[in-house]
Amino acid sequence: MPSKEPSSQLKPTTVDLNKISPGAKESSPSKLENPLLDSPPLPISPSPLLPSASLTRRELLAAFLGLPVALAACSATKTPSLPQGEIVGASNDTGHRLRDGQHVEVAADHWQRVKVVIVGGGVAGLAAARKLLQAGVDDFVLLELEREAGGTARSGTSPLVAYPWGAHYLPAPMKENVALVGLLEEMGLLEGKDQDGEPIVAEQFLCRDPEERIFFKGRWYEGLYLRAGATSDDLAQFDRFNNEVKKLVAWRDAKGRRAFALPIANSSDDAEINQLDRLTMGEWLNRHSLTSPRLRWLVDYACRDDYGMTVEQTSAWAGLFYFCSRVKKPGDDAEPLITFPEGNGRLVNYLFDKAKAKARLGFAAAEIIPIETNGRAGVDVIAVSHDGETSRGFHAERVIFAAPHFLSRFVIRDYRDQPPAHVAEFEYGAWLVANLFLRDRPKDKGFPLCWDNVFYDSDSLGYVVATHQRGIDRGATVFTYYYPLCDEDPKQARQRLLDKDWAQLADVVLTDMSRAHTEIRSLVERLDVMRWGHAMIRPRPNFVRSAARREAAKAYRNIHFAHTDLSGVALFEEAFYHGNRAAEEIVGGKQ
Amino acid sequence: MFVLHDAFFPVPCSLTKMNRTPIIFLNVLVIATCGLVYELLAGTLASYVLGDSVTQFSLIIGIYLSALGIGAWLSGFIDTGLARRFIEVEIAVALLGGFSAPLLFLSFARLSYFQVVLYAIVLGVGTLVGLELPLLMRLLKDTLAFKDLVSRVLTFDYIGALVASLLFPLFLVPKLGLVRTSLAFGLLNAAVGLWATWLLAPLMKGKVTGLRLRAVAVMVLLVMGFIKADSLTKLAEEDLFADEIIYTKTTAYQRIVITRSRAGFQLFLNGHLQFSSADEYRYHEALVHPAMMAAGGKPHRVLVLGGGDGLAVREILRYPTVESVTLVDLDPAMTKLSAAFPPLAELNKHSFADPRVQVINQDAMIWLENAVAPFDIAIIDFPDPNTFALGKLYTTRFYKLLKARLTPEAALAIQSTSPLFARQSYWCIMKTLEAAGFAVRPYQTAVPSFGVWGFALARLQDFAPPTVAPSGLRFLDDRAMQGLFASSTDTSPVPVEVNRLDNQALVRYYESEWKRYE
Repeated sequence: MPSKEPSSQLKPTTVDLNKISPGAKESSPSKLENPLLDSPPLPISPSPLLPSASLTRRELLAAFLGLPVALAACSATKTPSLPQGEIVGASNDTGHRLRDGQHVEVAADHWQRVKVVIVGGGVAGLAAARKLLQAGVDDFVLLELEREAGGTARSGTSPLVAYPWGAHYLPAPMKENVALVGLLEEMGLLEGKDQDGEPIVAEQFLCRDPEERIFFKGRWYEGLYLRAGATSDDLAQFDRFNNEVKKLVAWRDAKGRRAFALPIANSSDDAEINQLDRLTMGEWLNRHSLTSPRLRWLVDYACRDDYGMTVEQTSAWAGLFYFCSRVKKPGDDAEPLITFPEGNGRLVNYLFDKAKAKARLGFAAAEIIPIETNGRAGVDVIAVSHDGETSRGFHAERVIFAAPHFLSRFVIRDYRDQPPAHVAEFEYGAWLVANLFLRDRPKDKGFPLCWDNVFYDSDSLGYVVATHQRGIDRGATVFTYYYPLCDEDPKQARQRLLDKDWAQLADVVLTDMSRAHTEIRSLVERLDVMRWGHAMIRPRPNFVRSAARREAAKAYRNIHFAHTDLSGVALFEEAFYHGNRAAEEIVGGKQ
Repeated sequence: MFVLHDAFFPVPCSLTKMNRTPIIFLNVLVIATCGLVYELLAGTLASYVLGDSVTQFSLIIGIYLSALGIGAWLSGFIDTGLARRFIEVEIAVALLGGFSAPLLFLSFARLSYFQVVLYAIVLGVGTLVGLELPLLMRLLKDTLAFKDLVSRVLTFDYIGALVASLLFPLFLVPKLGLVRTSLAFGLLNAAVGLWATWLLAPLMKGKVTGLRLRAVAVMVLLVMGFIKADSLTKLAEEDLFADEIIYTKTTAYQRIVITRSRAGFQLFLNGHLQFSSADEYRYHEALVHPAMMAAGGKPHRVLVLGGGDGLAVREILRYPTVESVTLVDLDPAMTKLSAAFPPLAELNKHSFADPRVQVINQDAMIWLENAVAPFDIAIIDFPDPNTFALGKLYTTRFYKLLKARLTPEAALAIQSTSPLFARQSYWCIMKTLEAAGFAVRPYQTAVPSFGVWGFALARLQDFAPPTVAPSGLRFLDDRAMQGLFASSTDTSPVPVEVNRLDNQALVRYYESEWKRYE
């Protein structure tokens, strides 16, 4: 299979990695030409894929926010000023270098023996590490390419409040998700169990009311479904949709399994439910004559929010999973959301703390080589430091590959030579996330500031407010802005994101925010941007319930796979599940 | 209003030839009116802010009258250019008098200066006004016989006083408010000055352009003041409050407004009445003493959450066993005002000056997360839960945090809005306290400014409500104390949800209930 990645056009670069490491540079509008801030994947050599320089502001804004917004924003005579800020995180270069098969040598005295190497320090890798430690296995190392663990659940801190850089909530698990309930209990987030044995999450960790609001035609409304101005037909369709959801929540297969359960491994594999994966969510709505624009907006928002895909792109199985998996009984509200100022950063920081001694941050697995010596299977792992200067080798018995699955064909030697068919099935969406540091809050018309604040007319998802859960209700705050790039071709989306510099993306963010907050530019003191090239697995039709996905999760020689993408959706619960599962495969194998 | 006939002023002179003398007497009238208005403004503001209106009015009148004398005496040193001096004085009065009320309003914020500014303004205005009449009389001395001159000038002077004293309480204060009255009369003064540059032109040598420019400049300043007056008190806001606004401040957290009426003064936060000095004792006695007596009447360490007006602290400090009072209120502007604004500081008996009282300006919930010392008594006096930011201070989470900071024998009292107007809200607070693990005794009383008002008395174990009151209170005696805990049918419990951080049920009840009365 040909690669989904544009590797043929990308040459290995020799950029000094130190210079673009997080926090190393502070950019300002005047530094537009700074090549270190422009397009990290290929900033030096001239390339046909570098269109950003020629992009006008209007074209830029139109590409992200649509032409009307672009025209309105550009009608002003001068370009508005930008605050301070920089591009942070995601080491595209190291990753791209590895992808391009850079050869790494390890000196003979830099090899060591370990039982297990965990590749990847996101939720799955950290969960696996915790599981190994719990099982008494402490002879392992965890390699993480970035200088911080946590993957897309990472977070940042400011003197005022911590804030998320990606995943920012976890629906309260039901009692069936024993492992996750165990983690929350260990973290002290639970206050016991109710009469049905369901875990009770302590009030202060549940998303504080008011949770969400939506901006429509100059005014904020409570909730995510736009009730204001809805016709009776809109409301009837909304009810019908909810009734379909209720039916699916109540549905059980012959073995008594739910249609949609967390972890997904506990869901039914009955054909009736699996066939939902053959449709897009849009097609499913059409089949049920659900055409109300408000309803479709809500479902589209849900798909974009959870999967970074539109309602027309998302598998109906995944779309319905979102609405059904977090509801206990038909008619119940969805499970409340557990959140922290720093989002899921709290969870991964806790997990990382447990495994800190084993972690090698800023070390990427450059090559994973299954071997057999004297009839004993093992895996050699070659790791290279962030700056490419240092290398280490590990003779491991087992490897837990807890990185996104698409990377397997760049680092697992056998996969490089002959990638299994399933690898190419894993597609990832690109996301733009920005943190806006405000000296004061904008003034609002209508419903007051919520945790989650959504613009009805925008392709972005709006913003969450870090101070909300902290109980800081006045003055300075941090808004975290999310924009999934839902292009049909994820490669193009990635390119479209990665070839923009800080100033361009900051302008996009601020222009989008100005829809609801005209004074936003005068309130933002700093704006940092994260460009997630491979933010989330894309649950498109015929993937989520596919054989390819199941194949990918099977151990290959002594390599065990653990990542949320193996579930076809990007969720903390799934990453946690796969991390535990992979570790159990090893621990179980030992016993 | 006052039609002047030529026949009234039958004298030959350069001025009378041009029929200008009668108009000059109109000047006298305006000057007299303006002068008295400034005096009344100063007296009113002084009694609003410093209280004790008899003393304040006597002092202001005394200073003003003696300043008139100073002015009259000083006029003796002016020998030349009488007309020019007269107009200059007029413009100066316009400037100082016109800005007197705004200046005084601004100096509220720094109260140590208030009296200095007040008396300086009164002295200045009085002196200038005192200069005017002698100068004018000397200007007119050649056009009228002495007996006519004295008779007419004094007539118009006293008519002016009458006009001012009628206009001031009947029209100016109720319609314009103090700040705009002051600016409007400044404008009138300046206009008269400008007009006089034409009237008195025959008596002046040289050019008058400079004088006119000065008059216009002062008028422009005053008009700008008029426009900016909204930042001191908004006209719309003055419509909102029944009584005269005497203090406003927009802080980072809220808008503080103090109004003054015959019955006393009132504090508003974001437009919501917090207390009226006329009947706040009923509220604060009911808020503080049941908890104090329920816990045995010998409290040592007392916590007050909210209550930045210091009135609950006043009641707490009646107990000699109190060793410390920790008051946590979000807004430093509020607690500072209560300590320094004389009428408020008097009302709270200077409780913030008591060495046992410690003020912490922080969000109560965030403070509670880190607080350590256990308290015997907690008095909670937050504004009603009309925003989500306030609603969080009435949640199970909040009460659980508080519970962890109390001694086992502690008692807790909470202002809980009106059980009559906001019945669900009231019972929601009771139920939330119970859900947080407290034994709760609801109680209520009548506070005329508020209506029927509700409170919660809570302890960690079940308890009987207190039956005795401390002696020396204005409202509570033993029988009134027992009466607080009597129930009534129209305020009896209704089914409600518990208020949690993740549902904020209380804010929603409160909004739907008070909406009916707005």
